Amino acid sequence: MSQAEQIAHHTDEAHATSTGISHNKMMMWAFLASDCMFFGSLIMTFMVYRGKAAGGPRPQDIWDIPYTSVSAAVLLLSSLAIVLALTYLQRGNERAFRIWLVATAALGLLFLGGQFYEFTTFYHEGLSLHSSLFGTTFFVLTGFHGTHVGIGVIWLLSLAWLSKRGKIPPSRAEMPEIVALYWHFVDIVWIIIFAVVYLIPYKP
Amino acid sequence: MSAQPVSHHAHELPGPATYLKLAVILGIFTIIETATYYIHISEFIITIALLFFMACKFVLVVGYYMHLKFESRLLSAIFTGGLMTSLAGMIALIAIYHNF
Repeated sequence: MSQAEQIAHHTDEAHATSTGISHNKMMMWAFLASDCMFFGSLIMTFMVYRGKAAGGPRPQDIWDIPYTSVSAAVLLLSSLAIVLALTYLQRGNERAFRIWLVATAALGLLFLGGQFYEFTTFYHEGLSLHSSLFGTTFFVLTGFHGTHVGIGVIWLLSLAWLSKRGKIPPSRAEMPEIVALYWHFVDIVWIIIFAVVYLIPYKP
Repeated sequence: MSAQPVSHHAHELPGPATYLKLAVILGIFTIIETATYYIHISEFIITIALLFFMACKFVLVVGYYMHLKFESRLLSAIFTGGLMTSLAGMIALIAIYHNF
């Protein structure tokens, strides 16, 4: 066994932990818990300042709900795609794993494209990062979410590339499982943003 | 205490058919959420309905897609801790600013 294989073997075997949970998985859940607080603070800041349009466009003037609904559906579909990818890897079908992984990344890119279009449209309608507190809090919140999606897409494509090179056999399913946790989290954040930011009625 | 295997819950996880059914349910919930934008009834009722559907979608994704339902309770506690802290902050800020 080569040194690289020994390292891989050592890393992927169920290692002894006092909790019985792998350190990687524990770390990811702790990170997601902290990210909950991060996004929670951004969402609550938006809610406080969404009425401060400073004479510029107000939320109800610029929201395009059907368009945002499609974006939400795209991200939900990507969650389905990655959970299917993981299932196929655990069942030993690496080709199907890669197909669903790339499908997930493609849906993520589609979402990002949609967000770019939405941002551009809002900007042309007078809403920018500097135009009002509403604009600042909206762009910071959705921008950070988009950044998370972008990081996720890079991670997914890296995983697909590693899998193509045979570096992710079914015995190493924990690595994609952790990436999937991150991706699902990005999805649940959008579930909240979609309802709280876009849909819940608000009287200024 | 002997260590438990890392991912040996795989055999008890749902299969593709269950995941597809969940996706359909999530899609239906999203359609209902979108429909509330065009329904002119009490804003209070719409807000409650939206929060309900949002919570359902959240629980379904976290429980089944993220497999938290099948994982150790310790992981549930870690995630719920962060989530509750975040919610507490939100509620406090809403109460302070009366802004909802």
